[in-house]
Amino acid sequence: MAVEPESSKVQSGRRTRRYTTGKLLLVVAGMFGFGFALVPMYNALCQLTNLNGKDKNMLVASNVQEHEDVSREVTVQFLTTVNGGRIWSFAANQPQLKVHPGKLYTVMFTAKNQQDDAVVGQAVPSVVPWNAAKHLHKTECFCFERQPFAANEEKQMPVRFMLDPELPRDVDTVTLSYTFFDVTQLAQSAVKPKS
Amino acid sequence: MAHEHAHDDAHTHDHGHDDHAHGPDKGIMRWIKTTNHKDLGTLYLFFSFTMFFIGGLMSLVIRAELFQPGLQFVDPELFNQFTTMHALVMIFGGVMPGFVGLANWMVPMMIGCSDLALPRVNNWGFWLLPFAFTMLLSTFFLPGGAPAGGWTIYPPLVLQTGNSFPILIFAIHMMGISSITGAINVVVTILNMRAPGMTLLKMPLFVWTWLITAYLLIAVMPVLAGAVTMLLTDKYFGTSFFNAAGGGDPVMFEHIFWFFGHPEVYIMILPAFGIVSSIIPTFARKPLFGYASMVYAVASIAFLSFIVWAHHMFTVGIPLAGELFFMFSTMLIAVPTGVKVFNWIATMWRGSLTYETPMLFAIAFVFLFSIGGFSGLSLALAPVDFQYHNTYFVVAHFHYVLVPGAVFSIIAAIYYWIPKWTGRMYNETAGKWHFWLSAIFINVTFFPQHFLGLAGMPRRIPDYAVQFTDFNMVSTVGAFGFFIAQFIFIGNVLACCYGWFGRTRNATAQVWEGATGLEWSVPSPAPYHTFEDPPLVGDDGMPVHGNAAAAHAH
Repeated sequence: MAVEPESSKVQSGRRTRRYTTGKLLLVVAGMFGFGFALVPMYNALCQLTNLNGKDKNMLVASNVQEHEDVSREVTVQFLTTVNGGRIWSFAANQPQLKVHPGKLYTVMFTAKNQQDDAVVGQAVPSVVPWNAAKHLHKTECFCFERQPFAANEEKQMPVRFMLDPELPRDVDTVTLSYTFFDVTQLAQSAVKPKS
Repeated sequence: MAHEHAHDDAHTHDHGHDDHAHGPDKGIMRWIKTTNHKDLGTLYLFFSFTMFFIGGLMSLVIRAELFQPGLQFVDPELFNQFTTMHALVMIFGGVMPGFVGLANWMVPMMIGCSDLALPRVNNWGFWLLPFAFTMLLSTFFLPGGAPAGGWTIYPPLVLQTGNSFPILIFAIHMMGISSITGAINVVVTILNMRAPGMTLLKMPLFVWTWLITAYLLIAVMPVLAGAVTMLLTDKYFGTSFFNAAGGGDPVMFEHIFWFFGHPEVYIMILPAFGIVSSIIPTFARKPLFGYASMVYAVASIAFLSFIVWAHHMFTVGIPLAGELFFMFSTMLIAVPTGVKVFNWIATMWRGSLTYETPMLFAIAFVFLFSIGGFSGLSLALAPVDFQYHNTYFVVAHFHYVLVPGAVFSIIAAIYYWIPKWTGRMYNETAGKWHFWLSAIFINVTFFPQHFLGLAGMPRRIPDYAVQFTDFNMVSTVGAFGFFIAQFIFIGNVLACCYGWFGRTRNATAQVWEGATGLEWSVPSPAPYHTFEDPPLVGDDGMPVHGNAAAAHAH
């Protein structure tokens, strides 16, 4: 049995195995990164398709032009939830409103801090049906920024919104939902809130 | 011989180039330090069995509580801990290490190489597991108890877990590293170390299914690692990946989790397909029908598993187009799966069938896994899923594919290969008793759960409305019966291992009359080192100058 050919075979076999192992480790690292890359991909997809009741147009709208369409009446329902239950009492002053597309309306929401400590709240909006989300524009909303509450403070908070006339014809009811989150800890951390 | 290279890499040593290293070390250090694929396979299988036992005990607590409506034995918080931990232990501790153990034992022997490509990594990959599960199970004794938010660890619920939360995450990371090392080892071995003549399309299907399973593991375990890392930073480091208040989205966790989770369920069934594809031809005494179509079917199932994840979340509010896409892509999986079931039946068609215990379990697998597949098709229908979601119908479905599916295949594999491992035949009468009791009680346990689900009983609850009582009682009786029947199996396996009841090492090399493949060309019990000089594999998949000498070439 010749020594040289066999030992070089053993070596080359080991090299191939190391090469394959290295390639597979790269795949592992890549897939770990891919898990995190799913986060911006998910957000981009939600923006693109207006999924998840979130849309750029919905959150901020400047210089809204009113074109009232009196021939059409759409019901807008207001839904309020407090995450984790007991921190605030939180409700819209009227449960629903009949609106004409193309006209600005203002509704008031009332929130009362039930605690004896100061808390910071953040309301997160959501709109259903999904194809109405990009047609709901808000010029003013308490959800645009964090809301600080002193102990037992009660606040009246306005939302000024308009449904644009391009709202799909089959939509006759739009639900605007707000969930109030306690972000006291987030607000204290060094990270600045997104503008 | 490569003596001049024996010192520059300890790796070479493991291939046994010195004649002294032919037997295992003595004592406990053999098992701690071993890099031998057979030793590690044994360790994996015993570990898996221990976990099945612990997870089984948890399910008995669950079933005992559900025997009657009302709260009898455990409070709801502890009940939730048991459902969560039962799933984690069974999936990551029972089924997955069980299949890795079988791969350790059989893959090198089936492709004609001496060991896995990375033996030390193999040792590390195994020894991570006892530590991971000791940590995970220790959470029961922490203040606040074990994780109770379900094995799917959905935020925000799981973020309310107390002290056990970081331990859960760390344990999942360790299990993930263990699975990835095992998977890389299997891929490198199969791609680089096949014996001459063992071409890819001549490999036994168990090797093929494991190759594809290993690729799935490498692709998705890191995604799970990423998801749980995000949970950890959300809870402790102020990030908002899944925190709606900070601009995140809890639904996104479900997408990331099930991008891992759906391939994961195929990780738990593809090796089972390979086992059944090995056993049925042996006892039908016919070659496997449609070998190439079997390989392509497994590859198609693996590919499809990446594009169906949202069928786990039809009710979260995805739009109609999404529901339709995920519904149809899911139903498409029935095509390659149907090909496989057809091929297994066609292999048995007009074969010279005998019904030894491994064959009984394999046939039960084909039949009962198909039932699980059919309920899966029902769940794939988006419109009806709105009724079935989160009910006992789902519980019945996935237990049908996991217990008479994955677990029966592991049991079948042990009965099939244990004469090769130990040289001793198991007791056929005890094996048949084990089979019939298992097959009957598993259906008694899980079949009524279909009805409970359709009638509206939700999953993961400790108490229920009185009209569900009868079926729950039946199910509980079945669960206890199934658990007790497994003691026959333990006794049978240990008798083979330790030679109890006068069992002698009388198994022949081929063991089964119809068995073909390289593993049956080495003596029984398989020597500690096999195929140190690779055999030349002929067209029939057997060594060309086929004899047992390959095992002791020096």
